[in-house]
Amino acid sequence: MPRDPRRTRPGGSRVLRKLVSHRAAMLGALIVSLVMLASIFAPWLAPQDPLALDPGRRLLPPVWMPGGSWAFPLGTDHVGRDLLSRLLYGSRISMLVGLCAVSISATIGILLGLISGFYGGPVERIILWMADVQIAFPFYLLVISIVAAVGTGFGTIIIVFGVAGWVIYARLVRGTVLALRGREFVEAAQALGGSSIRIVLRHVLPNVLTPVIILATLRVASVIVWESGLSFLGLSVPPPTPTWGRMLSDGRAYLANAWWTATFPGLAIMVTVLGVNMLGDGLRDALDPRLELSGK
Amino acid sequence: MRRHLLTVSVHLVSVALGVSILSFVFMHLSGDPVMLMLPPDASRQQVEDLRERMGFNDPIPLQYLRFLSGAVRGDFGISLRHQQPAMGIILERLPATLELAFAGMGIALAVAVPFGILSALRRGSTLDYCVMGGALLGLSMPNFWVGIVGILVFSVKLRLLPTAGRGSWAQLILPGLALGSYLMALIARLTRSGMLEVISQDYVRTARAKGLSEAVIVVRHALRNALIPLVTVVGLQMGELLGGAVVIETVFAWPGVGRLILQAVFQRDYPLVQAAVFILAMIFVGANLCVDLMYRYLDPRIRHA
Repeated sequence: MPRDPRRTRPGGSRVLRKLVSHRAAMLGALIVSLVMLASIFAPWLAPQDPLALDPGRRLLPPVWMPGGSWAFPLGTDHVGRDLLSRLLYGSRISMLVGLCAVSISATIGILLGLISGFYGGPVERIILWMADVQIAFPFYLLVISIVAAVGTGFGTIIIVFGVAGWVIYARLVRGTVLALRGREFVEAAQALGGSSIRIVLRHVLPNVLTPVIILATLRVASVIVWESGLSFLGLSVPPPTPTWGRMLSDGRAYLANAWWTATFPGLAIMVTVLGVNMLGDGLRDALDPRLELSGK
Repeated sequence: MRRHLLTVSVHLVSVALGVSILSFVFMHLSGDPVMLMLPPDASRQQVEDLRERMGFNDPIPLQYLRFLSGAVRGDFGISLRHQQPAMGIILERLPATLELAFAGMGIALAVAVPFGILSALRRGSTLDYCVMGGALLGLSMPNFWVGIVGILVFSVKLRLLPTAGRGSWAQLILPGLALGSYLMALIARLTRSGMLEVISQDYVRTARAKGLSEAVIVVRHALRNALIPLVTVVGLQMGELLGGAVVIETVFAWPGVGRLILQAVFQRDYPLVQAAVFILAMIFVGANLCVDLMYRYLDPRIRHA
């Protein structure tokens, strides 16, 4: 998996060509871009105010069903809010939490992984112990117990997911560094008197980034799923901000007579996560087909 | 083997210590428990008395040691809400959660392993595409969404399965399926890639050259080696199942620890939350110890290393 950066690191254009010819990856990229655009332009795209409630128009069906209207293309929820507008605004929470949390986790993980892999010794043992302890908590329970202790909120959710997710990156980076440490180009740099920090930044980090990018992409999908689960339980960003998970949990009570209230948010989560996963799988196929990311 | 057992035990104890520290820290992050235990109009004197009596004025390390010595004896304090020892409440609910977790894992294995094998043996076929597409879908659907779709289809429309509760086998199917859906997708993928790797190996070719039937080759020679990596993943995913139980138990009104934790979170019953999380974490650590030992048993290359 690790290689001499100058010789075999796949060139940008070749990777891009491989990615473009990967049909599933392209479909994934398309889905992800659409969701991103939807979240950025939600205020302009939304036909209604996502928070405006009106008991007079509660549980209106989607436009193609009898009783539906173009004013509420996907119908309304149990208090008369427009589902489409809420879905568009809800994508902001999912995307932002996913991207920000993964950036935090990856940064912490890369740092601790590099330190433990390159320096070894007691520092490495302490970092590995921290990783083991954290992995001993089922991730979801860890997040729930932190949220229970410090409360919810947009920033809190991002930080909790970000901080709790570092282990998998650290392990990946450490493994790569260990494999690199004995390689000629690193030893050569050491023999030439390069400082440790310089060696890590110039020679080790570039080799570590490829697997981390693949992992991070796939983890965005996981974080979106986890956030929707927390929302579903009522432990994520508090109301009235629309989130897909809470829309789903609100709609659950009306499954029998208003299926759309739960179905559309569920589909939104599923399609978004599917898109991110397809993009991630494609990136792996194009960049590093042998990368093993199963389990934690 | 004996030496290995010792190393693993030391590791286990150090991890357990870490878990206890983390649990203790969370308990302290959650603010002043005394304020939650007294009525809002309690006087300063009452607050101070309770604080002294509960030992909250002692130095933090001493409080931690007290928590630890309690935890070792299975004493996690009194649930603020139920006014009973937290441990007892949790133990009462634990069988339901374990039942759900095993159902999820059982359903996942029973479906995913055969399909993963077929997928690998017929690589590139329509079946392969369907299985891998289904797996991708499974990895992308939150478990509670699987549960809700299941209720919509099998309970509301077809009226085949009950929507909630625990007791009969029928009530176990939907929650088990929902909880195991992610794991099912993961196992199908891993079984397929494991099989693909193994069937191109020399010893499988030898077996073919000997004229063994395809079924014997798959079951006797390929499968065993293809499944070894699965053991680790299944162990690690046990934690995801226990965590996922919080959501699935809520969807299906399943009377387990997950729902208990959630209720405790909303009632700000911190001793109960921390005790439950601590116990589930220790179960997870124990499960991984079992996996580690099983791994050694299954793979002679490690056993004799």
